[in-house]
Amino acid sequence: MTTLDIAQRVDAKGLSCPMPIVKTAQAMKTLTTGQLLEVLATDPGSTKDFEAWAKSTGNPLVESGAEGGVYRFVLQHK
Amino acid sequence: MDEPLSIVLFSGTDDRLTSASVFAAGAAVLGRPVRILLQYWGLEAFQADRIGHARGLSADADADGAPKLVAALEAGQINWAETLRQSKELGEVEIHACAQSMDILKLEQADLDPLVDGIEGIAGFLAAAGDGQLLFI
Repeated sequence: MTTLDIAQRVDAKGLSCPMPIVKTAQAMKTLTTGQLLEVLATDPGSTKDFEAWAKSTGNPLVESGAEGGVYRFVLQHK
Repeated sequence: MDEPLSIVLFSGTDDRLTSASVFAAGAAVLGRPVRILLQYWGLEAFQADRIGHARGLSADADADGAPKLVAALEAGQINWAETLRQSKELGEVEIHACAQSMDILKLEQADLDPLVDGIEGIAGFLAAAGDGQLLFI
């Protein structure tokens, strides 16, 4: 697995819906085209939320996974 | 999803206000326009001198769950007014006061928090709702 160049990380662990995607949208606004954003979340609905957000906004979901109850998403600014 | 999500916010209890703010936030971050119409008790909650103050829970509140929700509110884990403010920054969210409710409750725009963009009549609200979904909370 190649190491990604993460421009910004958002720790949304412990936050419940809709805060993970709200914080993601806020962080994405500060980035520019091509930059990567990493988000950590524990909210159970996260995976579907981030897939839907990526699809709706056109910011690709580059990586999506979960380990030990923590979801990790990497999104790219379109 | 270009059609707006329209929400009639009739209720003024913290649980229902939080619910409305979640829908508004979700739609806003998905890039979908949101239009909220404040009626009666929802409108009362947006008065500048009391927005954010505790407003109690609806009659639906469950005896076991109620204290958990109140604890989350008191801890600031959920804050419907703040969620709406953030939603406005992230997307297209318009909040209007129902003209009839303003009249009956004897309120003026100056009494309301800046979150409220203006006053709207029912025809204006429904016309703007178009073919989009409409929620009643």
